[in-house]
Amino acid sequence: MESRRNPRAVVDPKVRQVGFFTSSQPDSTYQPDPIASESHPVVSSISPSGNSLSPVMIPPPRHNSSDTFPLRAAAAASAVSPSSFSYSTRRDFPDGSMTASPGRVSRASFSKPSSSLPGVGMDSMAAAKSSSVPASGLTTVSVVNMPPGLSEKESDQKKNSKPLKEKTTKAERRALQEAQRAAKAAAKAEGGKAPLVSSGSVASTNVKVTKPAKPSSQKNDVAAVAAGPSEKKGGQAEKDRKKDAPHPRMQYDDESRVVKAKRRAVVKQTEAKNRVELFRHLPQYEHGTQLPDLETKFFQLDPMHPAVYKVGLQYLSGDISGGNARCIAMLQAFQEVVKDYSTPSEKTLNRDMTAKISSYVSFLIECRPLSVSMGNAIRFVKNRIAKLPITLSESEAKAALQSDIERFINEKIVMADTVIVKHAVTKIRDGDVLLTYGSPTAVEMVLLHAHELKKKFRVLVVDSRPKLEGQLLLRRLIKRGINCTYTHINAVSYIMHEVTKVFLGASSVLSNGTVYSRVGTASVAMVASAFRVPVLVCCEAYKFHERVQLDSICSNELGDPNAISKVRGREDINYLDGLTNNANLQFLNLMYDATPSDYISMIITDYGMVPPTSVPVIVREYQKEHSLV
Amino acid sequence: MWRRSASFILDDERRRTSNSPPMADNTTRAPFQNPDAISAYYQTRAAHHGVITSDWLAQAQAAVGGVSGEEHPDSSVAELGKEKTFNVIEEFNGWRKQPDLAEAVAAIRALAAVIRASEASTMMELEIELKKASDTLKSWDKTSISLTAGCDLFIRYVTRTSALEYEDFNSAKSRLLERAEKFGEISCKARKIIAMLSQDFIFDGCTILVHGLSRVVLEILKTAAQNNKLFRVLCTEGRPDGTGVLLSNELSKLDIPVKLLLDSAVAYSMDEVDMVFVGADGVVESGGIINMMGTYQIALVAHSMNKPVYVAAESYKFARLYPLDQKDMAPALRPIEFGVKIPVKVEVERSARDYTPPQYLTLLFTDLGVLSPSVVSDELIQLYL
Repeated sequence: MESRRNPRAVVDPKVRQVGFFTSSQPDSTYQPDPIASESHPVVSSISPSGNSLSPVMIPPPRHNSSDTFPLRAAAAASAVSPSSFSYSTRRDFPDGSMTASPGRVSRASFSKPSSSLPGVGMDSMAAAKSSSVPASGLTTVSVVNMPPGLSEKESDQKKNSKPLKEKTTKAERRALQEAQRAAKAAAKAEGGKAPLVSSGSVASTNVKVTKPAKPSSQKNDVAAVAAGPSEKKGGQAEKDRKKDAPHPRMQYDDESRVVKAKRRAVVKQTEAKNRVELFRHLPQYEHGTQLPDLETKFFQLDPMHPAVYKVGLQYLSGDISGGNARCIAMLQAFQEVVKDYSTPSEKTLNRDMTAKISSYVSFLIECRPLSVSMGNAIRFVKNRIAKLPITLSESEAKAALQSDIERFINEKIVMADTVIVKHAVTKIRDGDVLLTYGSPTAVEMVLLHAHELKKKFRVLVVDSRPKLEGQLLLRRLIKRGINCTYTHINAVSYIMHEVTKVFLGASSVLSNGTVYSRVGTASVAMVASAFRVPVLVCCEAYKFHERVQLDSICSNELGDPNAISKVRGREDINYLDGLTNNANLQFLNLMYDATPSDYISMIITDYGMVPPTSVPVIVREYQKEHSLV
Repeated sequence: MWRRSASFILDDERRRTSNSPPMADNTTRAPFQNPDAISAYYQTRAAHHGVITSDWLAQAQAAVGGVSGEEHPDSSVAELGKEKTFNVIEEFNGWRKQPDLAEAVAAIRALAAVIRASEASTMMELEIELKKASDTLKSWDKTSISLTAGCDLFIRYVTRTSALEYEDFNSAKSRLLERAEKFGEISCKARKIIAMLSQDFIFDGCTILVHGLSRVVLEILKTAAQNNKLFRVLCTEGRPDGTGVLLSNELSKLDIPVKLLLDSAVAYSMDEVDMVFVGADGVVESGGIINMMGTYQIALVAHSMNKPVYVAAESYKFARLYPLDQKDMAPALRPIEFGVKIPVKVEVERSARDYTPPQYLTLLFTDLGVLSPSVVSDELIQLYL
């Protein structure tokens, strides 16, 4: 890769360009973003043709207007977001999925329309109606409340648009934009009635997500968690819902969207100033600032339900962590919500409740980004709400919902775990040395059960900073009398030769068999595979997701950088303490990583033991089951 | 290199014209050895081969001579429970007497007969009867994977029908019977289907390596010969069963040029091989196969030399097992004769089969079609879900 970068003028070493770029030229239309730090890349890729993306990135044609796909691809710096319309045109949007785009780095800010915007600005509302112009990735989606100024910019950009974008004529695009603006105005009028858009609360209207430059627009996660099959059903309430929940995978590079999101946020988070360039698309906040603030606000919750608030605080402080625990806590909070719910006059239960749930979800997102398990659970809840027959009385509906949620928790989590344990225990033989990493709940249950069955084995717990979750697991295992060894991840290649099997947990398993789980899991799996030790992943089926992730960068979660700089209890080696705001040093505290399927021997789910290649089959069967239920 | 071309046909002619006995292949290969000085060790082994060969043949004769058919057709209808299970085994043995029929197919046929002869009046009762019969059959040979898999699949297939919702028990039962018969038919015809599917993969002038005696593979080669394809077969000896020798006998009857290899000569000859054909005792969920000891070795060598490994397996062999390594299976031991006395202190590895992981297999030829190894799990999930 280095050789390809030669022609590039090195403008800013902090900016890592991912992808293939020709020498950069300053773009005349580039307007420096006032908010951006000096690290904003001018370089971003302006190839002579004004394309921000290299010719190598060819978006797969997805839409009817797929013929407009040339390399320019997504171009764009600006947010191109899937917007709800894409949601309506495509049923199977994974919740909150975002595809990776190597050209992402080039996206500096929305205000930098360096590349020609292919797009047709699509308003989410209008989009729903005019799905013929999804324009594949090339669309720039304008935020619902985009100030007119920006819209103008869009039209400017359109004028500059590349000759490549000839397929949709200017007139067509202009007409479309007019339609969208009209719709937007209408939406604004209607928006005032949205119950949740109350002061200081919840989420932004900002549903659109900034899209990675590339045509990943195809994939899209579409709007928020709000999305969901219910979206399609509640076409009108769509607008309201959109307003309430920002996309769970919102890209945070886009300054204006972040500002908008913050305006509607309950949790006032200050963005971290010193961020790693490569991960600018992920949210990062100054930790420790919000908790006391939120705690004081506990009695001023108006639109927020106390149960949800409590769960949010627990997420924020780190009291509840782990896919299952978070999901269960959230679902139980929702049960409370349903219990205390009463339909306001002139509203239908379905739509109103869904809107409420969306607002709560956006609050939870602000506290801590959603995990995949939570996303799937939310989708389920919204599905159930939408499927409630209109004829039911309010109390019946509420009872039905509560029992549905209860059933979900029982079947998909609790009983699934029992089935997993039953299968996994058959793989443990006497004399085994089992290695586990972190503190996965499923694996813990397997080990405890195997011990109850009097199998003779010993456990190797591998741990890593800064969370040191393995210590919790270690304590629980030792209390039951299991023979344990404890080590840190740096020693994993040292001890791997004595290990017979590796048991790992997962936050999610994706469609191509990639296991998305706590950071460090990939390393352990890789070392195990190099030593030809079988790697078994224990994961409930509800955590499976249909999106595909190729690396750990495009979708991840950033933790508190101070946790890395500070070593608790060891004052003598706190060399990095206080350096978090140094301009020359950025801390990166990733929470998740993606393990490729080649390193996984088998996945143990409640559907049995399957190879990683069978995950899409299970996702398919699972959806079928759900649509029938 | 010259062996890889179709000129082996000419070589064959040359060989046939020179009157060298087939067993003396060793001698032609090692010209510097004195052909007559066969060591006593090898002589004993040859004798052993002779014993096994004629023994098996005798068995086969007896089998063909026996009447294959159902016994106790409907007479024991009045009794239930024990009599029924006894019935099942009888049926099973009856079907098994046909030398060409696979065990699992015999079991499937027997189970279909159970449904036919069943006296149950409710669906639940029928299912329980079926389950009991299948358990009995499975316990007859606990180490046979295809038997277990066949029984399980049969029960899943047969009961997985909405016919069970019907009010009328008799119509539901007849529907079950229909499905059972169908399953039996498919299983019987499975070999023919597989043979037809694999014809495209055998081209003129190719060299095929086979391991041990698999009736499916034999069927494939037979069909290919009938279609007048010109190919030759390298056949491993298949210790300790000596099945390779049996296979070579069969093949020579069909006028297919066959060469016997020692099991250890596989890597040596892999260069001239175009493809490897093996059968399977069972196909596991990961897409790997459990087969006679030695298959894993051959697959490894073939993989490292980029030769395709094709597995011919009927679909009733898909089992819900998932071995992680070689020792993760139920053990199946068999006595191994070395021809000389082994001191008691010396342990002998007596396992009769090994597990080949899916990454070394290229394709599976099944009656469901030509599949890639990862499809096995797909099929199983759909059936078992």
